[in-house]
Amino acid sequence: MTTRIVELRQGILKKNDELARELRGRFEAAGVLVLNLVSSPGTGKTEFLQRTLRELRARGARAAALVGDLETDNDARRLAASGAPVRQINTHGICHLEAEMVGKHLDGWELGALDYLFIENVGNLVCPSSYDLGERVRVALLSVTEGEDKPLKYPTLFNSADAAVITKMDIAEAVEFDGAAAHRNIRAVRPGIRIFETSAKTGAGMNDWLEWLEKERETGRRDTFQEQGVIK
Amino acid sequence: MHELSIASSVVDAVTESLRAYPGVRVLEVRLRVGALAAVVEDSLQFCWEIATEGTPLAGARLAVTAIPVTVHCAACGASGELESLQSFCCPKCGEPASDVRGGRELEIESVEIEEGSEPARQQVSESAGQRASGTAPEVR
Repeated sequence: MTTRIVELRQGILKKNDELARELRGRFEAAGVLVLNLVSSPGTGKTEFLQRTLRELRARGARAAALVGDLETDNDARRLAASGAPVRQINTHGICHLEAEMVGKHLDGWELGALDYLFIENVGNLVCPSSYDLGERVRVALLSVTEGEDKPLKYPTLFNSADAAVITKMDIAEAVEFDGAAAHRNIRAVRPGIRIFETSAKTGAGMNDWLEWLEKERETGRRDTFQEQGVIK
Repeated sequence: MHELSIASSVVDAVTESLRAYPGVRVLEVRLRVGALAAVVEDSLQFCWEIATEGTPLAGARLAVTAIPVTVHCAACGASGELESLQSFCCPKCGEPASDVRGGRELEIESVEIEEGSEPARQQVSESAGQRASGTAPEVR
């Protein structure tokens, strides 16, 4: 009997990463901006997304959403009220979305007919950070009721985000939310990140967010065209 | 928590890779886990037993090497280990540093196997066994 070391050197989530890469290629080719929204349960992802979908549609943009949930389809029904195409992904107890779940739920959707696709992850500030869904932009949300130090408690997730959204700003004063501290803490774990302060209820801050989305989408399309050699 | 999914992914990947080594027994699986990988070693160890039960990996140890976060500083050009996950700053000049160069690893480094005769030499690195790897004792 001899013992030996076999070198493997491979990513544990290799399958997910490969699938995510494939999805990203499809999304880029279709010219759709895909965003992965992550936050704790109760941050107001669904409310924020509903308003985003409604306002994007009002601006003539074509937006759809995939929404992850452990068991129910309540969120999908709420989002469908915006008039946008919405599909529910039930994870049946799994605490995060994986690329395979996203891929399976795209069947029958013409990606080229979409400008934006939002993926609302399962409410969880730990596990979703490990799973690439093929998104171009990861957005971390934080509500004013959660405490300004949350980014410090969950640095792995906030560090993996491309943008941060503070929700429920309409009650910021009532809960004595310290905006400067929240910004400082978000940027401590993710220097230079763009932060939006919003209220899905009053619509405050939505304009900045929507304009940023439009710019991100244009940037994404320009990058893709450059890669394809369509423009220089 | 997703450590059970991670443990199951490790079992699947190792089982698949070891198809080239029929009849071997796996003694230890060695992982490299970055501080930003959002994986807690204690829960991973706990899930390891559950995930390996009834598989060819049952009874194998899991050794985890924790990888610190390293950043590259755009301001001064230094690279170094982050002192705290709560503050992404250059360890040298203190400027905010967002360019993460290490610490997201979530990978299977190697597997220690016990074989009867006829080792499959071409894919085996004997030197790798000399390296310190995690906290588990070396079995030679």
